[in-house]
Amino acid sequence: MAALQTGTQAPDFCLPTTPDQKVSLSEFRGQNVVLAFYPADWSPVCGDELALFNELVSDFKGMNAEVIGISVDGVWCHVAFAQERKYHFPILSDFEPKGAVARNFGVYREKEGVSERALFVIDRDGVVRWSYVSPIGINPGADGVISALEEINKKRSA
Amino acid sequence: MAGLQPPVSEKDHIQGNENAPVTLVEYGDYECPYCGMAYPMIKKVQRHFADDLRFVFRNFPLSESHPHAVQAAEATEAAGLRGKFWEMHDTLYENQDALETDDIFLYSERIGLKLDQFKKDLSNKDVILKVQSDFKSGVRSGVNGTPNYFINGFKYEGDNLTEAITKILSVVRG
Repeated sequence: MAALQTGTQAPDFCLPTTPDQKVSLSEFRGQNVVLAFYPADWSPVCGDELALFNELVSDFKGMNAEVIGISVDGVWCHVAFAQERKYHFPILSDFEPKGAVARNFGVYREKEGVSERALFVIDRDGVVRWSYVSPIGINPGADGVISALEEINKKRSA
Repeated sequence: MAGLQPPVSEKDHIQGNENAPVTLVEYGDYECPYCGMAYPMIKKVQRHFADDLRFVFRNFPLSESHPHAVQAAEATEAAGLRGKFWEMHDTLYENQDALETDDIFLYSERIGLKLDQFKKDLSNKDVILKVQSDFKSGVRSGVNGTPNYFINGFKYEGDNLTEAITKILSVVRG
């Protein structure tokens, strides 16, 4: 399965973030979106990756970008995880049908039943402008995302 | 391989021989338990390589995970204004479980700072900006957690600094 290529329209989705709240990608038209797929809540590496993005929420906002996390965990698990880690961005539950959104983005791992650790930067028109699939145990950092956002904003203001 | 941005400069806190063939940069967080475990290991590495190694510390506080981390980092920078950066750095890593404001005030006196001055220095704009700019430089450099290391400007992902530095020294010396 290959991750969605740069330049393709990101498939829309609408997934729960809490038991009574849903978030869809199309709500973010006009803003850049950093979509962070990760294999599972609570595993140490994901924690570090999301912790880093959590520190950068306001920097990302300054670049007209919102962060969204996404994994196959259930919504109650997400609620507990987000509360414990004090995340300032939504994490979405790609739970039923399991991994459907990860599949649409080409980052589902059939064998393990989880998504890859993958990052997509989606522009204000919903087009994928940058993506990166990192080895599953390695936290990719944020430098690639920031460069991609700078590139998008530079082109727009040019 | 991710590279260190910006390179080490006089703005950094540097320990050891300024002409050393190897420069080790750590991005660390005073409340991070892994950094706490790394602290004595770094001391050992410094003793082992002596004049062959220059050590630089940059702040990478994950404030949302570690509520005391930013103030702790600012405390070291404030102490640094009075030439006591490393004294505060060491004290905080040796007392990681006590990083409340009162604890930090106590440490400032213990390392010979005047408390009134230290309190003022803690809210100095340059102190606050230094911690922020260290964090930003870390993000640019591809830091993904703490501790993260750079050896001669390149990110080191392994877990044996002594081995890595020995290898580089043998290359540098030919």
